[in-house]
Amino acid sequence: MSVLAVENLSKRFGSLVAVRDISLTVEDGELRAVIGPNGAGKTTFFNLVSGFLAPSTGSILFEGRDISRVPAHQRVGLGMARTFQITEIFPELTVFENIRIVTEVAAGYRLRPWLNRAEAADIRRRIEQTLALAGLSNKADRLVGELAHGDQRATEIMMALALKPRLLLLDEPTAGMGDQETYDITQLIRRLHKDNKLTIVLIEHDMRVVFHLADRITVLDQGGFLAEGTPQEIAANRAVQTAYLGQAA
Amino acid sequence: MTAAQGRHLAILAAIWAALIFAPYWMPLFGGYTALGSRVLVLGLGAMAVNFLLGFTGVLSFGHAAWFGLGAYACGLALKFVASSTLLGLVAGTLVGGIAGAILGGLLIRRRGIYFAMVTIAFGQVFYYIAFQWSSLTGGDDGLRGFARQPLDFKLFKIDLLHNDVSFYYFVLVCFAAVAAIMAFILRSPFGHTMIAIRENERRARFLGIPIELHIWIAFTLSCFFMAFAGALYALINNFADPRMLHYTLSGDFVIMAVMGGMRTFWGPLLGAVIFVVLQDYISSVTVNWMSFIGILIVFIVLFFPRGVLGLLRQRRAA
Repeated sequence: MSVLAVENLSKRFGSLVAVRDISLTVEDGELRAVIGPNGAGKTTFFNLVSGFLAPSTGSILFEGRDISRVPAHQRVGLGMARTFQITEIFPELTVFENIRIVTEVAAGYRLRPWLNRAEAADIRRRIEQTLALAGLSNKADRLVGELAHGDQRATEIMMALALKPRLLLLDEPTAGMGDQETYDITQLIRRLHKDNKLTIVLIEHDMRVVFHLADRITVLDQGGFLAEGTPQEIAANRAVQTAYLGQAA
Repeated sequence: MTAAQGRHLAILAAIWAALIFAPYWMPLFGGYTALGSRVLVLGLGAMAVNFLLGFTGVLSFGHAAWFGLGAYACGLALKFVASSTLLGLVAGTLVGGIAGAILGGLLIRRRGIYFAMVTIAFGQVFYYIAFQWSSLTGGDDGLRGFARQPLDFKLFKIDLLHNDVSFYYFVLVCFAAVAAIMAFILRSPFGHTMIAIRENERRARFLGIPIELHIWIAFTLSCFFMAFAGALYALINNFADPRMLHYTLSGDFVIMAVMGGMRTFWGPLLGAVIFVVLQDYISSVTVNWMSFIGILIVFIVLFFPRGVLGLLRQRRAA
């Protein structure tokens, strides 16, 4: 069964059609990149899938279940986590505290007024595992707001990961990063995908990252579906080249 | 134990020592015990406001409503139901807290300035009810005709009415109990979600936290703390009046929290110390004591936006 199946999804803002009739299917364990020029509707598409926006028409199936009308926080509970184009973290808390909040929520403790000794120890162990996986252990007590951009991104991705999602949505994970940071984040995503068999959908502008990571690529243009295929197929696709580079003379 | 933990414990010990020995050192500085009780109760109210403002990031400008409801319910219970101090406290806490829980349910979808405006409106509704319903509340003259009762433990009795010092210690025990509950909640997973909402509501939502539910719970807890403080306040002067429900008092609590430092647990208590002591000293000189508090709050907000305690923290970190 596919992890994510989007059928004829559209989103209108007044007369503007931001996303028009998009369908796609993401299989278990796949890493799918969604690309397209600015204004192609990629982020709107993400916002629809994650529940930040409600679709105008069409449906979203997560593991076979229609979640089109399920509120955002419940989609998280079902196993879907996301990061944002502009890093969304808790800047005035430490890395440890950032991860702790997620770990406790993921463990179902969010309304608990206390934890017993065993539960607290288990939470601590999980936080330390998560930090180690992203190489953030030595920065655990730093305020996230004071970290380098790449480390903030890594923290955000690990927060999403600490939710133990079966589908991870990454919105431009390398936006605004230098080469080294881009490389580090790319390697982190690759590890999560390969080692943890995590299904990932990512929006990305940096084609090196896309072609390095993606199993399949979906191309959007002006809100609509343009092409889908393996990286090789997309690289050779004339319509995609036209969309990115403009009409050949 | 790390140095930071050691310092933290030392500060806690200093705070509690100052509170426990207040009846002995305050007179040396021209204070009196009843002033200490007032500081504790208003400080508790400011901490209750800050539970919501500083730790959930939600500003209520109508918290005096729950404070005043607690005070009236405590007074009415003592006057008409039974003469028991503890019953008065329980009645006050329940009435104010439950009213807060119900109205909070209507409030939580509003955010920021809209939330603050609606809380003011609700608060004023209770103010006018207390003002108009003279037969029950005494109207503008306030509610009189009740008094705090001795605590009867069978083996021994504690006279709270005529002995200011034993009443101060009664207030201190109540204060300590509620402060401990607040601190306990803030350290819990639920408390962590409150801070997550304060820090970044959108991120919190996409971590799977139902924001509205969590804000409502935090609001409700804060109302119960506030109503408890209000019930205690009615016992200080054996009196409740409509001004305890008025939005100017709500504003005073916010001022105490901001002056002391909203991001800190003890800041609001320090704010209450500054506020109440200044009020007490300056009002004996001029009726315009509020202008001095006003100048001070402008000064603090402009130069120390994190409040007095926040400033001390920064100094230490630097």
